[in-house]
Amino acid sequence: MVEFILNGQEVVSKAQANQRLLDVLRQEFRITGVKCGCKEGECGACSVILDGKLVNSCLVALGSIEGSTVTTIEGYRETERYAALDKAYASVSAVQCGFCIPGMILASECILAKNPNPTEAEIRAGISGNLCRCTGYNAIVQAISIAAEEGKGLW
Amino acid sequence: MEAISKPVKKKDHDAKMSGRALYVDDHVLEGMLLGRLLHSAKAKARITRITLPELPEGYYVVDKHDVPGINYVHIVQDDTPVFVEDTVEYVGDPILMVVGPELKEVERILTEIVVVYEELVPILDMLKSDTVFFNYNYAKGDIQRALKEADRVFIETFQTGYQEQAYLETQGMLAYPHDGRMTVRGSLQCPYYVHGAVAKALGYEEKDVQIIQDVTGGGFGGKEAFPSILACQTAVAAKKANKPVKVIFERREDMEFTSKRHPSVCTYKVAVKDGEITGMDIDVLFNSGAYTTLSPVVLQRGLICANGVYRLDNLRVVGRAVKTNTVPCGAYRGFGAPQTFFAVEMMMDHLAKEMSLDSLELKQRYMVKQGDATSTGGKYHFHVPLPEMIEQIEELTNYREKRRQYRNQTGRYRKGIGMSMFFHGCGFTGSGERDIIKAVVRIRKNPDDTVEILASNSDIGQGLKTTFSKIVADTLGISLARVLIENPDTDRVPDSGPTVASRSLMTVGGLLRRAAERLKQEWQAGEEQVIEEHFVEPDFVIPFSIAEFKGDAYPTYSWSVNAIEVEVDTLTATTKILGAWGTFDVGVPVDINIILGQMEGGFLQGIGYASMEEMNCNEQGMIRNNSFSDYIIPTALDVPNLVTKIINNPYTHGPYGAKGAGELPLVGAAPAYVEAMENALGVNLNKAPFTPEDTMRVLLGGLN
Repeated sequence: MVEFILNGQEVVSKAQANQRLLDVLRQEFRITGVKCGCKEGECGACSVILDGKLVNSCLVALGSIEGSTVTTIEGYRETERYAALDKAYASVSAVQCGFCIPGMILASECILAKNPNPTEAEIRAGISGNLCRCTGYNAIVQAISIAAEEGKGLW
Repeated sequence: MEAISKPVKKKDHDAKMSGRALYVDDHVLEGMLLGRLLHSAKAKARITRITLPELPEGYYVVDKHDVPGINYVHIVQDDTPVFVEDTVEYVGDPILMVVGPELKEVERILTEIVVVYEELVPILDMLKSDTVFFNYNYAKGDIQRALKEADRVFIETFQTGYQEQAYLETQGMLAYPHDGRMTVRGSLQCPYYVHGAVAKALGYEEKDVQIIQDVTGGGFGGKEAFPSILACQTAVAAKKANKPVKVIFERREDMEFTSKRHPSVCTYKVAVKDGEITGMDIDVLFNSGAYTTLSPVVLQRGLICANGVYRLDNLRVVGRAVKTNTVPCGAYRGFGAPQTFFAVEMMMDHLAKEMSLDSLELKQRYMVKQGDATSTGGKYHFHVPLPEMIEQIEELTNYREKRRQYRNQTGRYRKGIGMSMFFHGCGFTGSGERDIIKAVVRIRKNPDDTVEILASNSDIGQGLKTTFSKIVADTLGISLARVLIENPDTDRVPDSGPTVASRSLMTVGGLLRRAAERLKQEWQAGEEQVIEEHFVEPDFVIPFSIAEFKGDAYPTYSWSVNAIEVEVDTLTATTKILGAWGTFDVGVPVDINIILGQMEGGFLQGIGYASMEEMNCNEQGMIRNNSFSDYIIPTALDVPNLVTKIINNPYTHGPYGAKGAGELPLVGAAPAYVEAMENALGVNLNKAPFTPEDTMRVLLGGLN
């Protein structure tokens, strides 16, 4: 039994402690916004925010997160910050196949939470652990920069 | 910018942005079983015995004996088995599938299955193949004479490697039997390809099969034919268990066993007389892998552009797609063209050096223009904008000056710049659209005056739901919100053909435009109306004959010029890409954001192909680079300065002036990059990808 906070709610997982957080979220809690792209920590599609840090949930053992706070797109999409990113991503059509997007949005949040006025280089470094095969990244970088500008005060 | 090009919020934005979009793996059905395949561990062998462990209740092993219809997947030629018969032809050939309620248990069962192989000698090297799956050749002028009368004849060989589509969502399929029918849904580009294949494998009438495209996490060609194979296997398992069965590939499984870009070896023999190129004799070899899949059509496209964008009076092109005991290759954005464009662009670069010219100067002398004949005796019917594109790139990069500056460098850091020019033939090659696909679309006006698009083309990220809807909304003069479009379901949509060949927007979008124009004329408020349109070949087209390899292989072409600038660190052999510039003519963009997204994404995939995406087999025929740790695709840090420009060159026969877009940006990156590496290193190079390891070999004096 592992207790943690998932999208603002206290939850208890009955899965084994050595299970991947990714599998626990998708199978036990039916959190489908967390995507499985590789299960090796390379692609970032399963990114979640764990105690304020962006992590690949495929590389996190359930047993290590007792008492921690986990945010997925399902929780994050209810925030004002999400709304600012949503508008920015839409304005430059930065979403193509969409599979990397939940992870990419959480990566965007982590960049801006750390630095509300990032340079282009800082944005690129901040999303470099999240692979996107569709966009060539330009539109995503642009979207994060627009969100920083338009969402002043939110971060 | 045209009014239609103004960007809108994409139709699928909200669902994907918020994580609400459901991909195939997100579906869980009552009583659903999970499946995993047992793949051959040998490249060529006869299976002498398979020993199964005792199966727990509710678990099934599914193999060739369970296929009620034909045990071959309908693709082009039906030689790909659903489950192998008695022999395996590559490492990965599907032997059987285990299905059951718990994936862990399925995996345990798989490890306990013993397959006894009688090993045979595999052929892994395409140069040693003894089986030619397909060969085509065509010629014009008199190449023999050109070669005989030449002052000099230059012969060179060029090689390209595998490229993995690396869509972020792996292959996945979910099949469920109900009411005597079979429904299969999943990650796929071409619902009706899957439909035909599943009906044959199950031995069902077509009406008893339903295919639904789920939200698809990227395709790039990798979900053109392969989903037909996985759908047949999954449907057979669902039929046997009489329960829903879902199969989702692991990343390593996907990388090792699903189709990729064909590796190639191209040999160019070029005749030069009195300082002029008088002919090219071109030999193209593609590694098809173990089965034929889409190789004939990939080869055709590669051959048609083997002379690049250059006018040659004497030309002979010979091509073969050969069998090896390796993973079957298939469709990947560009579809044969990136291989031959790489070869011809590098050939021109090397010829220029021999002729003491800059490559751009030489290329400009032979560039085709409107009215010229194509390689196959068709015609470039429309304006060829290459001259203005070259000048646009020159303005952005100061190309000519840099090219001169970067000759004969010394010191640790050396820069280089290269340029490529190329086209992509829009739509199906040859007469496929007219003779095979015969696309049909419908639009249905509902009593509430909303209008639904009914077409089988799938939005796989390229924005088709949005661009199709914009065409219909704008033609009818109604808001975008009143145009409805769902993921295709073969129970509801007619066969408007597959989502391939940069055809969807130009060809199917054109049919939708016609349908909407008719609906506008016949519009009756409050009534239900259905309008259907069928493909008609444009009347200017010179009919293509595949037997003679003659005529217009494509009605029109999309054009592009790329330049890439690099800086090589000669100590570490690593290369930094200082800039990548591309100018693209895809007709009128139906949405500028969507088109820029296609150009940027495709260009970066092309740069990956050129510089880092290396995949090889080991001596046993096993793919070595089977993960994102070993097969490196570009991140946001690799090409920070990637610039794309769109030029305005409307295609009079496309909807709103649009023509093919999706594949073009991948096609010419490799020659631009490798030319830049040549410029920096001061040598001739003949292979793509050109990786840091290759650079190290050159610096150590081992390559060239």
